[in-house]
Parts: sequence; C-alpha cells; structure tokens
Amino acid sequence: MVSSSDISAIHGSAAAADRLRRRRAAEWRLKAYGIAALMLAGAALVVLVGSTVLKASLAVTEHYVELGFELSPEEVGTTPEEIRRANFDGIVKEKLRTRFPSLSEDRGTRRELYDVVSGGASFELRERVLAEPSLVGTSFDFPLLASDDVDLYLKGAYGTLRTAERSGVLSPTGTTGEIRLLSTVDDFDSLLDEVKDTLLEEADQLRRLAARQETGRAVREEEAAAAETEAERERLLAEAQAYADQRDAYDRQADALEARAARPGGTEALGPTTPSVFIRINGGVVRATEVSNAAIAGEVMIPLESEAEAPPEDWTYWAMSTPERSRRISDVQIVVVETLREEGAVSASFNWRFFTSADSREPELAGIWGAAVGSFWTLLVTFCLAFPIGVLAAIYLEEFAPRNRLTDFIEVNINNLAAVPSIVFGLLGLAIFVAGIEIAGVEIGGFMPRSAPIAGGAVLALMTLPTIIIASRAAIRAVPPSIREAALGVGASKLQTSFHHVLPLAMPGILTGTIIGMAQALGETAPLIMIGMVAFIVEIPGGITDSATVLPVQVYRWSDFPERAFEARTSLAICVLLLFLVAMNALAVFLRRRFERRW
Amino acid sequence: MTNQRLTDATVDSREIKFETRHVDVFYGDTQAIKDVSVDILDNTVTAFIGPSGCGKSTFLRCLNRMNDTIDICRVSGDLLLDGQDVYAKSVDPVQLRARVGMVFQKPNPFPKSIYDNVAYGPRIHGLVGNKADLDAVVEQSLRKAAIWNEVKDRLDQPGTGLSGGQQQRLCIARAIATAPEVLLMDEPCSALDPIATAQVEELIDELRESYSVVIVTHSMQQAARVSQKTAFFHLGTMVEYDDTTKIFTNPTDQRTQDYITGRFG
Repeated sequence: MVSSSDISAIHGSAAAADRLRRRRAAEWRLKAYGIAALMLAGAALVVLVGSTVLKASLAVTEHYVELGFELSPEEVGTTPEEIRRANFDGIVKEKLRTRFPSLSEDRGTRRELYDVVSGGASFELRERVLAEPSLVGTSFDFPLLASDDVDLYLKGAYGTLRTAERSGVLSPTGTTGEIRLLSTVDDFDSLLDEVKDTLLEEADQLRRLAARQETGRAVREEEAAAAETEAERERLLAEAQAYADQRDAYDRQADALEARAARPGGTEALGPTTPSVFIRINGGVVRATEVSNAAIAGEVMIPLESEAEAPPEDWTYWAMSTPERSRRISDVQIVVVETLREEGAVSASFNWRFFTSADSREPELAGIWGAAVGSFWTLLVTFCLAFPIGVLAAIYLEEFAPRNRLTDFIEVNINNLAAVPSIVFGLLGLAIFVAGIEIAGVEIGGFMPRSAPIAGGAVLALMTLPTIIIASRAAIRAVPPSIREAALGVGASKLQTSFHHVLPLAMPGILTGTIIGMAQALGETAPLIMIGMVAFIVEIPGGITDSATVLPVQVYRWSDFPERAFEARTSLAICVLLLFLVAMNALAVFLRRRFERRW
Repeated sequence: MTNQRLTDATVDSREIKFETRHVDVFYGDTQAIKDVSVDILDNTVTAFIGPSGCGKSTFLRCLNRMNDTIDICRVSGDLLLDGQDVYAKSVDPVQLRARVGMVFQKPNPFPKSIYDNVAYGPRIHGLVGNKADLDAVVEQSLRKAAIWNEVKDRLDQPGTGLSGGQQQRLCIARAIATAPEVLLMDEPCSALDPIATAQVEELIDELRESYSVVIVTHSMQQAARVSQKTAFFHLGTMVEYDDTTKIFTNPTDQRTQDYITGRFG
C-alpha cells in the first residue's frame, strides 16, 4: 500500500519534472509542425494563384486603334443586304494604306501594316454600319480591334520602347529613302554600347558552339585511337578534323565580333539580331540601319516634312532592346502603332469580349462564353440525371433495402466507384452512349450525339452518382430515429415517413453533397475529352444536343496554342473557373451551416 | 408513497378492448416476452410496471405492431383488438396505427408547425375532406390535450419551439387526432419536470373517458395515481395483473410485494 506522502513524492520528483518537460516539448513540436504545414500549403496556394492571376492580367484589357472612315453609298450600299455583302475587309485595308502610304508600297511591309489590325475588326465595322445605316455617307471614327501581337506589345510583353537624353541638333540629309542623320553631339553613345553588347553576346554563343565542336573532335580522336581497322581510323580522323575546322571557324567569327566590340566608336550595323532604333524628326520616322557616336544612317519609314535641322526638343529616338527576330511585332508595326499612339488614336478598354464571345482561332477575338454555356448545359443534364437517381437510391438503400450480403456488396461497390479515375467513365460513356457496342449480336447504345452536352452530362452523371449516394446516405442516417418513430406511430407508411419526414430533414446534407459533386463535375476534363467535347466550337450551344465544349476543356485547348496571347487567356479562363468552384463550395458551406441544427 | 390519489376502482362492467393471449416475443434467439396474457379494458387506464429491462416497452410496442420495424423481432401469440387479430395477414399495420396511437418517452414533435403536427395524421389517412373540417379536428385534438389555450394564437409556429411539457401534450394531441380507440404511452412523463408531469397525468385521467389508455411507467406512484388496472412485469413474464388498489395494497405474488416495497427495482 503506497501512502499518500509517497504519492506526492512521486509527483514532485525529478522524473516527473522530466516527463513534464518532454510532454511540453512534444506539444510544442506538434504545434510547430501544424503551423509549418499550414504555411507550406498557404505558400503553395499563393504561388499558384498569384502566378495565374499575374499571367491573366495580360488578358484583362484589349486595345483598339481608331481610324476615321467615310463610307460612300457606292462602296457599301444602302440596304442591309447590300451592306452585308460589302467588302469591309477591303475598306479597312484601304484605310490603312491611305493613312500610311509610305508603308504600302512594298508587299512585305504592306502585310505587316494590315496585321496591326485584327481580322475581326472589319466584321465589327460591318455590324456597326448595319446597326446604324445612317452612317453611310458621313464621316465617323471607328475603333478597330488591334491584333493580338500589337495588343501584347502595348502591354509591354515584348519589352518597352526607350527614349534617352539627347542634347544635339539633328540634321537630316533627305526626306525619303536612305538618309543620314547627323547630330552635333555624341547622342548615340549609349546606343552604340548597347549594340556592342549584343555583339559580345553573339560572340559568347559562338564560343559555346566552338566548345561543342571541340568536344566532338576529342570524342572522334578517342574513337580513332581505339579503332580496329585502318579504314575506320582514317574515317574517324577525318571527322575529327571536320570538327576542328568548324570549331576554328566559330572561334574566328567570335574573335571578329569581340574585336569589333572592343573598338571604341566606329559604326555598327543594325539588323534583325540587334536592338531596333527609330528616330522621330520633322513629322517623320526613320529606322536606323547603321549607328555611330554622332550619326545614324537609316531608311525613312514615314516621310519627313522637311530637311530642316531639329533642335533637341524637336526630335526623339526610340530604342527597342529586343531584336526584331526575337519578338513577334515587327519594326514596321511598331512605327505604325507608335505614330497612332502619339496622335491619341490608341485606346484600351476592359476585355468584355472575353466574357461574351465564343472561341476563335485568333486570340484577340476568343472568349469563354461558348464554353460557359456548354458547361451550364452539361451540368444541367448531370444534375437532372444524377440527383434524382442518387437520392432515390440512397433512400432505398437506407430505409427499405434488407440488410444482407447483396446490399453490403452494393455498398462496397458504390464506395469504390467514387474512387474510380474519371477517364474510365469517359471510356464507358464513349463506348455505350456515343459509339454503341454489340453484345451477342445486339446493338446497344450509340444513341447520343458526340460532343453534345447530353453525352457529356450523362458521363458526368455516372461519375457524380457515387458521391451523391454516399452523401445522401450519410444525411439520411443522421436523421434521428425519433422522427421516424413519431411518424410511424401516427400511422404513416414507410414511404410516407421517408418522403414527408426523413427526406426534408436530410435535404441540407444531401444538397451539400450534391453541390460538392457538381463542383467536381464542373472541373472535369479527361472524360469529356474522351467523348469528343474538345472540338473547335464557334457557336454558342443552344441546347443539350448542340455541339459544345466546357470550360476546363477550353482551357486545355488554349494551353496548347503557341500564341502568347492565348497564354494570358488560358490563365484568365482558369481564374474564372476557380471563381465558379469557390462560389459553389462556399454555397455548400453556407447551406451546411445554415441548416445545421434544425430539429 | 406521497400524493397517492387512488382513482375509481370498479372496472368490471367495462368491455375488453384488447385481448392478448400467450404472447411470445423473440429478438433473434433471445426471448424477451414469455407467455404474456393481458386484457386491456375499454375506457380504462392500464399501467404496466416493473424493473428496467423486464419487457414492458417491448410488449407495449406489440400492441400497435411497432416491433415490425425491427427486422430480427418475432411475435407469436394472439393479440385481438375488438376480437380481430392484429397480426393477421389482412391487417395493414399502417391503418392499425391510426386506431392504436402511441406517445413516446421523449417528446418528438415533427419539425413542422403545430397545426401541421396535429393535422398530419388525419391528412394521410384521409379522415377529413376539407380545410374547415381539418381545422375543427386540429382544434378539438388540441383542446382534448389541454394545450389549445396556450397555442391557439401560434398554430403556425414550429412544434419544436414549445417547452417539454407542452411538446408532450402536443404529441398526445397528435396521437388522438386520428381518433384512435387505444392510446399507448411509453413512459410519457419520464423526460418532464414535476409540474409538466402533473399536467400530463391530469390529462391522462381525462383521456380515459374517450380512449383506452395503456401506460408504461417506471414510477409506482404514477401508476397508483393514474391507473385503474395494473400489470406487473418481471424478466419477460407478466407476474400479476389486477385492479390497481389491490396490487398496491395486497398483491398476491411475493415478487410483486417485493417490487412495490422497494426491495428491488
């Protein structure tokens, strides 16, 4: 028998203090791990969402270029049919040519000029005139949608146009063609340095290529030393020599470039691999082809008004560090855009088009509305199929089915189906709903149109059914048996008890499970791709049998395209999808809280 | 034994409402009720008393076939309501439960309005044709349950918003709304405070005029106050069934004597 004083001695002993210290340390560690895990998850979330939002910000606005139009009735017609048939594309192109005649002569620059404006702009002009035929014969300004590359350039995606200090007086030697511009001061020093820097970069690249050749040569020589036959040894040595020659060639080029770069002053040529430089003087624009400390030689893109010399305030130069070959907007287009911008003809506005138009091959015209409507139809079909079947199945399994091996087996399988990869449902849907299969000579299935929301909805309904059944069963089980007893005691049948009493009380839980299942279905991509909802759809689907696509599949398609503008739009579509999912899950949480204790 | 209020003892002129003979109830392999035979008389309050687990609630639930909801439960023997076997194939348990109402231990009003609670039974059994008749039935039931004055101004409020005693009276109103002949009460006051208990006991005495009431109770005092006939159950058998006064003053069986004097319980 341990006495009470012995017991208090145990509690106060050093061993007890040690246990206390260790327990406290363990609790602190657990807290620390928990906080660390939370912070890691939070950091991952911030990085993911942040990078997506940053990329999406490039698609939030779009740019327009405003030009004045005067449409004569002969060009365009006066009745709606005539206006519809008129060649607005040609009208827009002609307008561009009249605005920039100097850039319209050469076919290459002419094409670049046309590419400043989006292909869809002429359609919008046509729509405008159709809506207001009184515009024919009058002069009006119309904003033309800029092409995706110009739009990205204006957002700074290809680098920014720099100007720099100038303090000299610039005198041109002509107004058109190839001219020289001479300054009284060494204004172009920094430009020259920049060009020389690019030369050094090029030299670096050549050195790296030379190094690779050297490696090749060394390898061949080794192989030659280990060769078995004389003929082979000769061949390998010849190859080694070829490598050596190539390496020397690269080295020589690099040497030349470095020598040029090292030389102070001098003249450097500008081309597609060097920064682009433009001089704005006397109302004209010159693209530089040679630059030295105090002089520029170049070709006139927009004719100068005079050969008068210009004081420092009256001329500027723009430099674009990214060489023409490394960007998708050409020098000609930069000149056009900057000229228009100086006149105030360039405007930006919120990209409503993204939310109201359907898919397009041109990124500046593409929108998610078609995919959003497709998602709506598909989810509608999914809900209408999965909800009634799921809830009724849950009621039957919980309230009416006998407890035996068969129902246990069914329950296990329903739980398993909830974990099946969704693409398997896509294969199933493709086989049975869309293509049809043959069993013992009988054709089964194959009655649904490919790419239609009805097929997609049916596949997603199969996928969501286990989730709904499991959530509904849990909700039904949570209804207290006293309610059932009360109903039965009053003389309600089992069916009446289930539908009048149990189901209304279980409904909040059922709805929560359904909303979560729907949110999952909204984000499904793989099964819908399997049944073909990945086609290029340009029309808004009007019903459940029209061809359609859904939001996540749209994201998947756009992410495949090379245009940089599609990258921004993919991210913006992802943001929209995330917003929908967050809203649906928030609704589920709200419902759960609101109906938590109603009895 | 305080507050002993012995009610009228003479019941021999009453008819037999519910006749049970040689009833056995099995839960799987365990026998819960062994050879019980009891007569429930009309317009009488019959009390079932006994220690915990002796089978009184089980037997009570046989009378309105509530044990049917339990898969492993098996009932054999004769249970005759007005001479008709309630376990016959031709008898629908759902309709039976409209004739034999039940009130449970813990008040369990539906989470609907007070009106809908009472109106539910008549509605599903098609007992009334129109709204005016339904209103009349609801009012009558609530009056009979002695709760009309308290709730007549808030019939559309949820039934779960009432106090414990009021909820139980609402459940009683709900049970009598289907015009049953027998009213079964499974420890109706055990979840209530003494004031509410007194109210419900007074109500039971009034209900005796219209229905046969069978009440299972843990409290011997309650049985003595409220009932005219008492049956004492012990370990699944019915030990003694007689007038209440006789059971409590001069029981025949020694076990009954031991129970009421508190030797076990």
